[in-house]
Amino acid sequence: MRDAVAALIHDGDVVAIEGFTHLICFAAGHEIVRQRKRDLTLARLTPDLVYDQMVAAGVARKLVFSWLGNPGVGGLHAIRRRVENADPAPLELEEYSHFGMVGRYTAGASNLPFYPLRSYFESDLPKANPLIRPIRSPYGEETVYAVPPLKPDVTIVHAQRADAEGNTQMWGLLGCQKEAAFAADRVVVVVEELVDEAVVRADPNRTVIPGLIVDAVVVEPWGAHPSYVQGAYDRDNRFYLEWDAISRDAAATQAWLDEWVYGIAGRAEYVARLGVERTAELRPSRSAPSGSVDYGVYE
Amino acid sequence: MSEVEFSASEMMIVAAARELAGQRVCFVGVGLPNIAVNLARLTVAPELELVYESGAFGAKPARLPLSIGDPCIVTGATAVVPMVELFAYYLQGGLVDVGFLGAAQIDRFGNINSTVIGPYEHPKTRLPGSGGACEIAINARQVFVIMRQSKRSFVEKIDFRTSPGNLGGAESAVRARREEGWLGSGPSVVVTDMGIYHFDDSGQMRLDSIHPGVTLAAVRETMGWEPKVAEPLPVTPAPTSEELRLIREELDPDGAYTK
Repeated sequence: MRDAVAALIHDGDVVAIEGFTHLICFAAGHEIVRQRKRDLTLARLTPDLVYDQMVAAGVARKLVFSWLGNPGVGGLHAIRRRVENADPAPLELEEYSHFGMVGRYTAGASNLPFYPLRSYFESDLPKANPLIRPIRSPYGEETVYAVPPLKPDVTIVHAQRADAEGNTQMWGLLGCQKEAAFAADRVVVVVEELVDEAVVRADPNRTVIPGLIVDAVVVEPWGAHPSYVQGAYDRDNRFYLEWDAISRDAAATQAWLDEWVYGIAGRAEYVARLGVERTAELRPSRSAPSGSVDYGVYE
Repeated sequence: MSEVEFSASEMMIVAAARELAGQRVCFVGVGLPNIAVNLARLTVAPELELVYESGAFGAKPARLPLSIGDPCIVTGATAVVPMVELFAYYLQGGLVDVGFLGAAQIDRFGNINSTVIGPYEHPKTRLPGSGGACEIAINARQVFVIMRQSKRSFVEKIDFRTSPGNLGGAESAVRARREEGWLGSGPSVVVTDMGIYHFDDSGQMRLDSIHPGVTLAAVRETMGWEPKVAEPLPVTPAPTSEELRLIREELDPDGAYTK
């Protein structure tokens, strides 16, 4: 992880750590903090705790987003301090709706100049963000709204498994990781498990990101904690609640960063600090394997 | 029938769930809609297909998901799709009957603010923002809202229009929907901790049912405009013991929503 972040993420980059509630790569976010990257533009539909922590650590100058909260809990207080009170510095915001953000990645991935959608009519969002613009259909009188492509310098995706070439398979909520990865200049894939190429080829429908566009594969078990990995570990809702209290206090937030980010070398140490009791609690109650399908052999 | 005591939040959740009777496909927003919709699935609307913006269609969560991206909405769902498909094909394709939203502020015409309190550039309170609410409000066939009622939330003028409702009234809303090709017919129900509102021909909220123990004077004190009130004004039937049991034992045993 250290090498991938050092080599592929530069000060001032547009970085997308995607994953909708599911598969959010906190391990990469924390490594970016440890390496004290600066002036990043952070893109994500839901900044979630990972960007609250990164913003608190001072790596970002701007957020591009569509829903700014602690899901199921409340607000993101480090970000709110910067937005409401410029404390300790202002934070630039570029705001869309979910469909707008998803459309932006899709346009970026498709190499198109915009993505059209039926949203934003009579909303104040286009006034707040002049990049959301009405556009007349070339085939009739209809007007829809357009959003510009989003092409991150780096997209970071967490997944259940990949092979050494970066052919990446995931299941559960897929969010917009595929679109964000294809839209990006550089892609880092972080996985729970490195598998043989034969495992990928046995189930090609499950491959979401091809190794063709992947620049680095990092194996980092528990790298998505406190978010979750379908089938491997649950969302640590307790931590999402705890963060609400921690992040309300700027000093407590910095103390948390000292203990859980700056004070450790990497994810393995983080997992050890979590402890086996906590990690055991987060395992699924029991397994629920998919039925297998038969692709057939055609010789 | 139930003689069990219940809280205002429980009444609100039960009333919202009952409004979903007969509906088929419901897009579930974060927070209070999440519990109301899951209660409906277990009571009045067993055929309800839950759609979560995180990408799950036909979710059958075995526990109440804290967030709308919880792993329990995936296991056993009918389909799990990328978000672009969910928004483009399911929602924009016209397959969603009810969009169920929460809100920080609402006005008499059902326009919703979930973005900021105060001016956008220098907000007093920065709220989460749209998420999928803006496109849900425009593309779901109808919109249900569940929220607690207060002088701060039921306001004469919202600070920011995140999701359009009936704009300045039915006439302007009907024209905009026709000319701009919205799929939906806008807000149809608002359920609060005090009562149930529907929208009249002028596109304004009308109090159609008042919850047990709530007075009309108390309703008036908690909103920023003089409400229209149905005559006669029925009292919402109290939660049944089964509805309360489902909330307390199955859906929200920790009281996260019903405190």
